[in-house]
Amino acid sequence: MESAFSSADLSAIWLAFKLAAVVTVILLLVGTPIAWWLARTRSFWKGPVGAVVALPIVLPPTVIGFYLLVAMGPNGPLGQLTQALGIGLLPFTFAGLVVGSVFYSLPFVVQPLQNAFEAIPERALETAATLRASALDTFFSVALPLARPGLLTASVLGFAHTVGEFGVVLMIGGNIPDKTRVVSVQIYDHVEAMEYAAAHWLSAGMVAFAFVVLLLLYTFNPSGQRK
Amino acid sequence: MLIFVCLLVAGQAAHAGEKITIAAAADLKFALDEIVVLFGKAHPADRVETIYGSSGKFQTQIRQGAPFDLYFSADIAYPRALKEEGLAASEVQSYAVGRIVLWSASRDTAKMTLADLADPSIHKIAIANPKHAPYGKRAEEALKAAGVWEKVEARLVYGENVAQAVQFVQTGNAQAGIVALSLALSPELAKQGSYALIPDKLHQPLEQGFIVTKRATDNPLALAFAQFMTDKEARAVMARYGFGLPGEAK
Repeated sequence: MESAFSSADLSAIWLAFKLAAVVTVILLLVGTPIAWWLARTRSFWKGPVGAVVALPIVLPPTVIGFYLLVAMGPNGPLGQLTQALGIGLLPFTFAGLVVGSVFYSLPFVVQPLQNAFEAIPERALETAATLRASALDTFFSVALPLARPGLLTASVLGFAHTVGEFGVVLMIGGNIPDKTRVVSVQIYDHVEAMEYAAAHWLSAGMVAFAFVVLLLLYTFNPSGQRK
Repeated sequence: MLIFVCLLVAGQAAHAGEKITIAAAADLKFALDEIVVLFGKAHPADRVETIYGSSGKFQTQIRQGAPFDLYFSADIAYPRALKEEGLAASEVQSYAVGRIVLWSASRDTAKMTLADLADPSIHKIAIANPKHAPYGKRAEEALKAAGVWEKVEARLVYGENVAQAVQFVQTGNAQAGIVALSLALSPELAKQGSYALIPDKLHQPLEQGFIVTKRATDNPLALAFAQFMTDKEARAVMARYGFGLPGEAK
């Protein structure tokens, strides 16, 4: 039997994982302060900001893909900005996929973190304050360790959701090997070209990957499931 | 509630006509829409629904029992395969020969040739995916025949079908594209850009074919539409969108 995966398949798998890794790191950096603020604030803006963060859960990927394609184009606000900065245009580039995926996976990182932060008892933070810990110190020494299960859930969901992304990538990626042709798009191409065997291998691989990831998460991080 | 039911029943009665669904290649978007309107004048009680997409995808979907009554492919090989598998209720009818053009929204392409694509200031060039889209295959053949494939390959971006390739150029994200003449001639695109016809010596012909699918075997409306495609009116629309017509060149 031939090797199950062609080199193009392997490259598409590698690209999807690379994208997911980069996006997860960025989302943890960006999402943590947002989640912390959402968990702690009593501001009027909590509702609106929370709703904006959750938008990608409800919106079809085509909406995000369409607006990004237009916004990142030469006449769009993002496109004008990136051109002025000398970066060029983002559609059809790996960086463009990163930008799109950060939007698309944002709620999957922010919401578990927010839940974890909300579950931290007020007393733990107050105790730290009476011991004269600074706000920043309290956050890193008390809040983050207590929110560890949420941090793990957020990382895994952010990563897995980005690996599973399709619609946004199809609309802004341009299907370029080694740059924007991730595994979900590669499967689509196999199906369109009626290469069902190749599509089966990749699809079954994705099912196994998704199952193992979620199984590990639910087995080793039961507290992350708590309501 | 009673009124609601009455309205429903009345609605049903008012819509006594037949309905057919056509799956058609993306390059037909504008031409077939016009033909459907013409056909509708002769069949006011009936409804014709059109769905546009990639020929390869529709072929797969029809194999899996998709509810399409007619299938217009941009590559006649696809409906031929379905016919061989016993999934067609008609002969495979050749209805048009497509042409490809170099199209741009930001440059005057009227005097450009494929060789000009070597210009590195054209950062991205959009074509349909040659792996499964007929227009993409022909674009690749033409670029190779013109001897510029090596120079442009790294700058190519691939649309899922030829309409998405157009959209990449339309939004300015690609500076040029190789797309269907029928789309470049549409009123929408004609005012947004310019095109140069690519000599058809550079690629295999884009012979396009359609079938009535097996599920529409006894559907008179589907057969009537198939018949209408050979009508003078329908052919005139196809010709206006730049398609070569069967039996015309011979």
